[in-house]
Amino acid sequence: MSVQAAPQLEKPRKRPSAALYEVVVPLLATAAGFLVWEAICKAFNVPAYLVPAPSEILKDTLAIGPTVFGHSMATLKTVLLGFVVSIAISLPLAVLLTASPAIASALYPFLVWTQSIPKVALAPILVVVLGSNELPRVVITVLVAFFPLVISSATGLMSVPPELIELSRACKASKWSELWRIRLPYAIPFIFAGLKVAISLAVVGAVVAEFVNADAGLGFLIVTSTAFFKVPVAFGALIILSIMGVVLFQLVVIAERVFFPWSTGNAMAAS
Amino acid sequence: MITLNRVTRIFESRDGDRITALEDVSLSIRDNEFVTLVGPSGCGKSTLLRIVAGLILPTAGTASIGGAAITEPRSETGIVFQAPTLLPWASVLDNVLFPLRMMHKMDSASTDKAAALLKLVGLQGFESKSPRELSGGMQQRVAICRALVHEPDILLMDEPFGALDALTREEMTMELLRIWGERPKTVLFVTHSITEAVVLADRVVVMSPRPGRIAEIIEVKSPRPRSFDNEASPEFHEATHRIRQLIFGQRHVGPGRAAA
Ligand SMILES: Nc1ncnc2c1ncn2[C@@H]1O[C@H](COP(=O)(O)OP(=O)(O)OP(=O)(O)O)[C@@H](O)[C@H]1O
Ligand SMILES: [Mg+2]
Repeated sequence: MSVQAAPQLEKPRKRPSAALYEVVVPLLATAAGFLVWEAICKAFNVPAYLVPAPSEILKDTLAIGPTVFGHSMATLKTVLLGFVVSIAISLPLAVLLTASPAIASALYPFLVWTQSIPKVALAPILVVVLGSNELPRVVITVLVAFFPLVISSATGLMSVPPELIELSRACKASKWSELWRIRLPYAIPFIFAGLKVAISLAVVGAVVAEFVNADAGLGFLIVTSTAFFKVPVAFGALIILSIMGVVLFQLVVIAERVFFPWSTGNAMAAS
Repeated sequence: MITLNRVTRIFESRDGDRITALEDVSLSIRDNEFVTLVGPSGCGKSTLLRIVAGLILPTAGTASIGGAAITEPRSETGIVFQAPTLLPWASVLDNVLFPLRMMHKMDSASTDKAAALLKLVGLQGFESKSPRELSGGMQQRVAICRALVHEPDILLMDEPFGALDALTREEMTMELLRIWGERPKTVLFVTHSITEAVVLADRVVVMSPRPGRIAEIIEVKSPRPRSFDNEASPEFHEATHRIRQLIFGQRHVGPGRAAA
């Protein structure tokens, strides 16, 4: 018995180190990964135009630091615009989809259609139609990012226990206050599950759009630097993109924890 | 007074089958009477409750409260379900206040009223807690407060203690009797526990399935205040014995005695 009691006592003490596991360990692991990469490149003399060593990537990227920063900001702008527009489209759409089976059947073909067209093929066409500016990039980003958000939000809106809907009917609540006071709050964990997918996809969408149509952005930087065999810069852009993806994802996670602390426990059920 | 007059309710399932959930059910319940409904699963207890709640309409026959036909939910009815179904994002107090908010009936006295109810069920000091921090029994108490906050004259309870363990269940049963003693109202209470049904009720409505019918209505003569200690008393024993007979040994019941 006493043997069992000991680890139980230890458990609460371990709790402060949650931050350690969430932040420090992943960072250390990433650093170790880079070190191994560096070591392999040095040991086997891998040429920089194939796989550059992290030190070379850092050196070449920093050499054109301000330019890279400008490209990063351009991509970030497209990602955030696309993300915000995705939310603005997806939430009302989810409400419409769940409002009546008739509306749902009418809208579903269009939704599926937007998902079945290859976005890479659509991008050059959109440039012709919409002009060579931010608009087609945001449109592509939204097309790539919004679908999972619509689906998970709609699932969330439908996940309310039927008893609560009956309770709201028994209170003679309007459809509007049922949506506002019961369905939407209930959908929050699901909406955030969708937001986490959407923000990651928004980064993908923005880069796809930049491949086709841009004079700035990290996608553009990758295309131009590989064309001139500046592989370390292309790798630098890639690393910045992945960092951007991780940071934006974590921001969504933090926003959920801060604004909807009750939601995080339920998110398990949602995803 | 709640009156059901030859109520029949037929459900049409998706594959076109017609299920008679209730057939020719007549029942009248006096003001401030405590009536419990027992019967095997699927005999239409929840359906009957939802008709009284105004959530669904009878296919044939009439249901009325105080002479007025029930055509939609009325705001003087409170409902408690098997699961507490509290709002996870709202505090205990806000959960209790929820019906008032939905009905736009919040006023300066509302919070005090909710707090008084929470005190009545022994949850004083838990007002600002989140439902997640409460045990199942405590959550169901909050759900009961939520059903009482708009001062209903009718309380409908569908297996409210069904999800609780046996000990908590007994405790909550006594609690409900105490609340009912302090704030008399008409209660229609569905349960699967025969003992619970008898301890609580003035009259126990025993139902039989396929189609859902009232097999018999049993008057419980055991004096109040009651408790589970009364279980050995002859009145109590007589009632539980008769209910068991009706549910498990239907062949012993002559058709002449099946009353409505
Ligand atoms: N919305 C519905 N659609 C179709 N059939 C229904 C519906 N509601 C109830 N039924 C059917 O009506 C019958 C009675 O159901 P009801 O829920 O009233 O039973 P119950 O006595 O409450 O059962 P339990 O004790 O298991 O809760 C069942 O056969 C059920 O399948
Ligand atoms: Mg039922």
